[in-house]
Amino acid sequence: MKRADDFEQRRAHLANLSDEQLYEKFWNLAEQIVDPLLELGRKNTTPSIERSVLLRMGFSSIEVKPIVEGVMNKGLMGKGAGNVVWRLSEKLGVSVREAGLELANGKHWDDVDKLF
Amino acid sequence: MKLDPNQKLDIKELLQDLDKYEPRRRGWHWRDGRNEKRTVGDFEYLETSESLKNSVPLPGSRGFGYIDPQPDCVVTTEIASGRFEDDLRRMRMAAWHGADHIMVIRTAGQSHIDSLLEGTNQGIGGIMVTRKQVRASRKACDLIEDEVGRPINFHSYISGVAGPDVAVMFAEEGVNGAHQDPQYNVLYRNINMVRSFADACEAKKIMAWAGILQIDGAHNANATAMQAWKVMPELMVQHGINSMFSRKVGIKPENIALSTVPPTAPPAPCMRLDLPYAVALRDFFKEYKMRAQQNTKYMESDTREAAVTHTMNMMISRLTSADIQSTITPDEGRNVPWHYNNIAALMTAKQSLTGMDGLREMVKIDREGPLGKEVRELKERAILFMEEILEVGGFFKAVQDGFFIDSGKYPERNGDGIAREIEGGIGYGFVYERDEDYFAPVSVHYGYNNIPKQFTKASDAIGGDTFEDRSKIVYIDELDEFDNVNKRLEENAKYYDTNLVKPEVEWRADGTILMNIFLPLDERTAEFAAMKCAEKMGLDDITVVHKQVMHPSEGTYVEVKGKVNFDIDVNELVIPEKVEVLSQAEIRQEIQEKPMFVVAATVGQDEHSVGMKETLDIKHGGIEGFGIKYDYLGTSCPVEKLVDAAIETNADAILMSTIITHDDVHIKNMKKVSDLCIEKGIRDKVMIICGGTQVTNEIAVEAGLDAGFGRGSHGIDVASFMVKRRREMNK
Repeated sequence: MKRADDFEQRRAHLANLSDEQLYEKFWNLAEQIVDPLLELGRKNTTPSIERSVLLRMGFSSIEVKPIVEGVMNKGLMGKGAGNVVWRLSEKLGVSVREAGLELANGKHWDDVDKLF
Repeated sequence: MKLDPNQKLDIKELLQDLDKYEPRRRGWHWRDGRNEKRTVGDFEYLETSESLKNSVPLPGSRGFGYIDPQPDCVVTTEIASGRFEDDLRRMRMAAWHGADHIMVIRTAGQSHIDSLLEGTNQGIGGIMVTRKQVRASRKACDLIEDEVGRPINFHSYISGVAGPDVAVMFAEEGVNGAHQDPQYNVLYRNINMVRSFADACEAKKIMAWAGILQIDGAHNANATAMQAWKVMPELMVQHGINSMFSRKVGIKPENIALSTVPPTAPPAPCMRLDLPYAVALRDFFKEYKMRAQQNTKYMESDTREAAVTHTMNMMISRLTSADIQSTITPDEGRNVPWHYNNIAALMTAKQSLTGMDGLREMVKIDREGPLGKEVRELKERAILFMEEILEVGGFFKAVQDGFFIDSGKYPERNGDGIAREIEGGIGYGFVYERDEDYFAPVSVHYGYNNIPKQFTKASDAIGGDTFEDRSKIVYIDELDEFDNVNKRLEENAKYYDTNLVKPEVEWRADGTILMNIFLPLDERTAEFAAMKCAEKMGLDDITVVHKQVMHPSEGTYVEVKGKVNFDIDVNELVIPEKVEVLSQAEIRQEIQEKPMFVVAATVGQDEHSVGMKETLDIKHGGIEGFGIKYDYLGTSCPVEKLVDAAIETNADAILMSTIITHDDVHIKNMKKVSDLCIEKGIRDKVMIICGGTQVTNEIAVEAGLDAGFGRGSHGIDVASFMVKRRREMNK
């Protein structure tokens, strides 16, 4: 879009605001812009978020990749990759680390379907 | 492991037991002792911090007792050689010159890699940011901060499609600062916007936990915009969005820093354009921190021009405020930064910031005049920009409509902004809605998390995560058998802990040197003549990196780089032994027993007097302090007058100073004094000593004098020499 500088017309509603009011307005607008973006983060997840969860559960960067890919293939991202590993460990009665390594090695993916 | 200033950093030792290394702290560190008056040497400072245990002072400090006052703000250096083992040495040099924020640039393309990387592969224009490299660098910073006596902040980037992964690794490894701004991903890396913002929520939450200071990416708009001075309202919008977004995720405002650049540079009237912007920004963002970056947009290959622009940038920092003063190396316009240019940039910062210490006590910004009007207008333009974002349906829609990086000064639009698709870009389609039973069993997590009822906190499900129990971190050493630090050390073994050395600018023994050449030729001919010079001198890989016309036909200045293809064996060097200086007490005692009298002057048509006065004057540690009496004849003294004075006073020595070297006048005058003394029959009774910045002992002795003293010499050196020489003469 091309548009000439129409600042003088546009600013009419700001002209009488004090500096403090301008400050308040700026941050109020910033908040309105970011709120939906924060909501998006609140209710969604991504492969990198899930990888970061698995990393913190004690897996290496090499181990987390196949687990998250497997979870995506199974359509279970909405459950959380960490949740899948944790539930599997509970079901198999093994440690979280063992359960995750088994998944990373391509095992137990059929059991995963029955976890939820 | 501990560093010794007289020993090189042992990279191999540093790499040992890295798998067990734990960072000593988390979080950012501001300099200690800010906001208090401080006396350093003869002066009181208003804007300094605690001095360092070990440092290299500015060259000009010689006249001030070698003081090295440290500015109040954190000072950044950016390192990007691509080999972390070489970066570490540069970090150490940088810390000695005042850097306490060391930023490592990532290798090209890392932001598009959907995973953490591991190992120590060589990078391009930066390192591959991996756990091993980060851990080794943090370990080196720990050692270096002990050596200089000030905590060092280590910094890199949490952007791209693996933001949360990198954030976790940084939190675990004690990284202190990071760039994080989803707008950067979207606008410059074309990463899907939904993915970028979702990832940013988790990354920022982790940063908040780890106390990592965040720097945003708005400065890129300045560097990318067609006309950088028009993008100011948008810069404020980008800063506002990332700051508010980060704050609402949970980062404390004092850990949110704006990456702000004075948008323009000379020959534009930049101070008048940039200063109102700096003021407007600091008004709106008073709760946040200012990371004052330097202008790169208008940087060419001229290192001198860059240093001047950067000095002006720091004037803005001093007139307004800067919590972190970034530095850009003056060679960034020609190549990735070289060792000594990191140092040059740090020296420019230290010089400017200490030189302008407390300026605001005397110079105030006048808001009543045009600046106030301009500040108000910028703020209103930024607000109008945000209003229109909301009008069109929010941030994503605005990006899609090309609102950002448009060359028009908002609300003007030129239709050349960077537009991105909501349903497009890298990582598009990889955003998943969390189900009602979504669960992430970790201690730090953003957003919806359905923690099973049996647990009080999420990570109880796994008995604690890596943030609570470090032993769970899985350390990977190397993945690439051929491309790694061990191989590189092996290949360069010849230059580690041996007597062989090669010049270098980036990597150990890269062989690169830079030559400054003036040729009385037009620009194009000079370029090729300069390359021929380098070729005849035997250099390889010759490149002209800079040229500056002096006159279309009279001459051109050229800088040429090339690589030397030889090694220097330091054992074969003939280095004259350093003269042992007598102790102060010994000199004093000898002068007391047998007084000494000298005549002194700056000879020829030379008005320089500082060096001679320092050599003589008791206040500056001159020879007077040892009891030596003198007759100072002043500057521009004819050599005849000086020799006559020596005869009349029966002086033990003639001290001559000469600074001007044009047409070797300094050497000619030395010879003249010596010849006159011979002619008048006093040469065997009088010592003749010359001093000056371009004087060396060798030149002076060759000219027939007893000794010469150059740069860095002090009164004690001269007094010690005279006492020893007189003993020899009386034998």
